[in-house]
Amino acid sequence: MSRAAVAGFAGHAAVLIAGVFLAVGAAQALDDHGQLENPVLQARYEHITEQLRCLVCQNETIADSNAALAGELRGEVRQMLVAGKSDAAIYAFMRARYGEFVLYNPPVDARTVFIWGAPFALMLIGGVVIYRVLRTRSRMPLDEEQEAGPK
Amino acid sequence: MRKWKFILPGAAFLALIVLFAFGLNPKRDLHYLPSPLIGKPAPQFALSDVLDPNRIVSNGALKGHVYVFNVWATWCGACREEHETLLAIARQNVVPILGLDWNDERDRAQQWLQQLGNPYQGVGFDDKGRVAINWGVYGAPETYLVDRQGRILYKHIAPMTMDVWNREFLPRIAAARRGGA
Repeated sequence: MSRAAVAGFAGHAAVLIAGVFLAVGAAQALDDHGQLENPVLQARYEHITEQLRCLVCQNETIADSNAALAGELRGEVRQMLVAGKSDAAIYAFMRARYGEFVLYNPPVDARTVFIWGAPFALMLIGGVVIYRVLRTRSRMPLDEEQEAGPK
Repeated sequence: MRKWKFILPGAAFLALIVLFAFGLNPKRDLHYLPSPLIGKPAPQFALSDVLDPNRIVSNGALKGHVYVFNVWATWCGACREEHETLLAIARQNVVPILGLDWNDERDRAQQWLQQLGNPYQGVGFDDKGRVAINWGVYGAPETYLVDRQGRILYKHIAPMTMDVWNREFLPRIAAARRGGA
């Protein structure tokens, strides 16, 4: 009885695992040319395509997008990697054609400093507010709340 | 110090109004991207012509001329929309129009030009999309204006209309000719 249950569970698990692998296989098959032979290049390829925005969908990376243009840009990245181009050269190639918008991590300059700086500025403002509130509270006489409350 | 308590929320509110006026403006095109190629040399290309595969279409041949470069494809609905306008512009005979048939099938493109009319001096067949990548094309139709020195003066991303032609292209063409004369 329990052995059958275990066998049944194992069977289900096997099917599930097989399914997961099939799904992964299908996801990778989207890439037109398969993996690059050199694992270092493949790793760089995966990293770079994660850093570039698909211009057609604009909220996907070219690694994720099914758009034809994304496929062509992945092809360009591959060719440049195989040709021995540096990461910087590849980003520069994309930036020269499509502008800073293709980069998911735009460089810090006069126009992007607000985006990069805003989180820190907001944290600073928040910190100042908390500090001031805490300081005024800590200076309040302890019995003030009792006085303010109903007698 | 007390004043701040009144000024700050007011200022924040005003800042939000400005932000929303910009961000929620219905006329703002979210897909519009300024091209980094404006003012830069137009990428050179030499492709086989859609209609005559033995003929080479190249923008190098137009050096010294102001010309229009239009990216289109038969799968692109908005290109069908602008085609009449392109024909009308070609009839004005102001500047040559060079076409780029992007990621398309040759027989379909030939059919398109034969049935709808051909406004182009030549149409490069870019089935691999590599010329389009060099021009920073990300959606069809796109129309570029190139000056006599071969620099990109202007890029219009959307169907061409007579309004856009008269407002954005003709004055730039006239200025480019005056400047380059």
